[in-house]
Amino acid sequence: MLSPQSIEKIEYELTKYPANQRQAAVMSALRIVQTERGWLSQESISEVAQYLGMPEIAAMEVATFYNMYDLAPVGKHKITVCTNISCMLRDSDVIVDHLKEKLGVGFNEVTPDGQFCLKEGECMGCCGGAPLLHVNNTEMHEFLTTEKVDAILEALKK
Amino acid sequence: MTTKKAKSSTKAPVMTDLKGQTLVCLRTLTEKNPAALETYVKLGGYATFKRLVTDKVKATDIITEIKKSGLRGRGGAGFPTGLKWSFMPRYFDGVKYLVCNTDEGEPGTFKDRDIIRYNPHQLIEGMAIAAYTLGARVGYNYIHGEIWQDYEAFEAALHEAKAAGYLGEHLFGTHFSFDLYAVHGYGAYICGEETALIESIEGKKGQPRFKPPFPASYGVFGKPTNVNNTESYASIPWIMQHSGQAFADLGVANSGGTKLFSVSGHVEKPGNYEVKMGTPFTELLELAGGVWKGRKLKAVIPGGPSTAVLPASVIEAATMDYDSLSKARSSLGAGSMIVMDETTCMVKALHRLSYFFYEESCGQCTPCREGTGWVYRIIDRIVKGQGKMEDLDLLTDVSKNISGRTICALGEAAATPVLSFIKHFRLEFEYYIEHGKSMVDSKAEPSNVKH
Repeated sequence: MLSPQSIEKIEYELTKYPANQRQAAVMSALRIVQTERGWLSQESISEVAQYLGMPEIAAMEVATFYNMYDLAPVGKHKITVCTNISCMLRDSDVIVDHLKEKLGVGFNEVTPDGQFCLKEGECMGCCGGAPLLHVNNTEMHEFLTTEKVDAILEALKK
Repeated sequence: MTTKKAKSSTKAPVMTDLKGQTLVCLRTLTEKNPAALETYVKLGGYATFKRLVTDKVKATDIITEIKKSGLRGRGGAGFPTGLKWSFMPRYFDGVKYLVCNTDEGEPGTFKDRDIIRYNPHQLIEGMAIAAYTLGARVGYNYIHGEIWQDYEAFEAALHEAKAAGYLGEHLFGTHFSFDLYAVHGYGAYICGEETALIESIEGKKGQPRFKPPFPASYGVFGKPTNVNNTESYASIPWIMQHSGQAFADLGVANSGGTKLFSVSGHVEKPGNYEVKMGTPFTELLELAGGVWKGRKLKAVIPGGPSTAVLPASVIEAATMDYDSLSKARSSLGAGSMIVMDETTCMVKALHRLSYFFYEESCGQCTPCREGTGWVYRIIDRIVKGQGKMEDLDLLTDVSKNISGRTICALGEAAATPVLSFIKHFRLEFEYYIEHGKSMVDSKAEPSNVKH
């Protein structure tokens, strides 16, 4: 069952579209449910589809097409590091290596305590601040150094 | 609900060094709170929109002015904006839509983000003027999913504009109504393609539509839709305030106005620089602090990876406008200038780019879906020291067979870096294949990209 909080947010998104186009809100509905539950299970996706009155497979298509949806648990804090060209030119590999060492995990792995998951991202459209990372799809951290990464991790642990 | 006070979205400092820039789209940057509604109104914001609506200025007159300005689509294609507007059906029984493409995902492109976080109201006014001109009742600004904080800040700016009477019903007591909403992507480069973006607004996976029909006749929810880039819309209020000619005069022939250049990579001061079209490359590089660490320039991708890479000697002779870069056999693209210094390994740079296009191909057209993977695997084996000399011709052949054989331009975008990197830096590729390692031997080179 979708929570009343999620439903309230989805209803707000629905005000942006014509009444007969409920499917249009699926992108945000999936995002809202993912934010609340941490990741999107098959069940969550089907609940969203039912709420919007769209075929489950269509919601599944969206959830699998866009790479910020997580179809498996990602721990409490998902850290996505961009390694695309502009970040690569400014040594994003140093940041990646540092994160891997600090967290003791590779890409797409979750730390044993369930606190962190490390992901490799494609261009986030903030290349002026390279190298950069993203926490839980919402917080952007730019102009990274290994010291800054340590501070970010410390703050997240609290 | 979810109405928040507008605030600057991230901790990144507002660029204070505006020397050498000509501010049109980012004109509020001279002020203390650039994103605030009061700031924009103080600089004359929304007055042009109000005048056009209350004076009932004819749509054809506005379109004529936009045509005179020489404004060309800032998302990369460079299609004349005024001409695009004239394609929208004048009379249509039903809702027409307006869409803004703020889905920046092409590596090196980050200009629209600064418009929505530092001058959101100019974009809103530009879209409102477009809506009035084209008779659009509803608009959507589709924002790249990763810049979540900026999306939220833009939503807040929309609520502010609505509360102040610039959006909504019966604006300024006239019959004109316009509702504008922010919607977001969630990680798909392909949604920067306008019909994929439309599919995404409709709540579908972002696979481009076959054209024709074009969005002007069959767009959002099957209705006539005008899609422009953020920077294009943000240029409109200035043009309508100062005249099309004044905007054209800022630039050079065939390239009117100013352009935001996103400068990234090996420069001292990466960031956005808004300069007059036709500004010499060397001047722009200087604004960005020059090549970092006192190193020499090796190559520049002038408009994002879908535009051809140029060696230093060629780009140094160019000016930043459509004609000059096209003469240099590249393109202005979205103005996403990626600077590479002498320590850059071109093989590894292409390796990363080819992975990007492989990862982001939507999978709809076989030549792109299969071809981008094939290209990546070939470059990957070269990087791993297992390349063969004939791989270079194979890469060229595969790329040429993607180009022009797909529904959208991603196929061509994927082929361009391969063809241009090999064309200009063939020796480096040959060396890598022969020796199993990079010709560029430096600690500062990007050491690895693992997938």
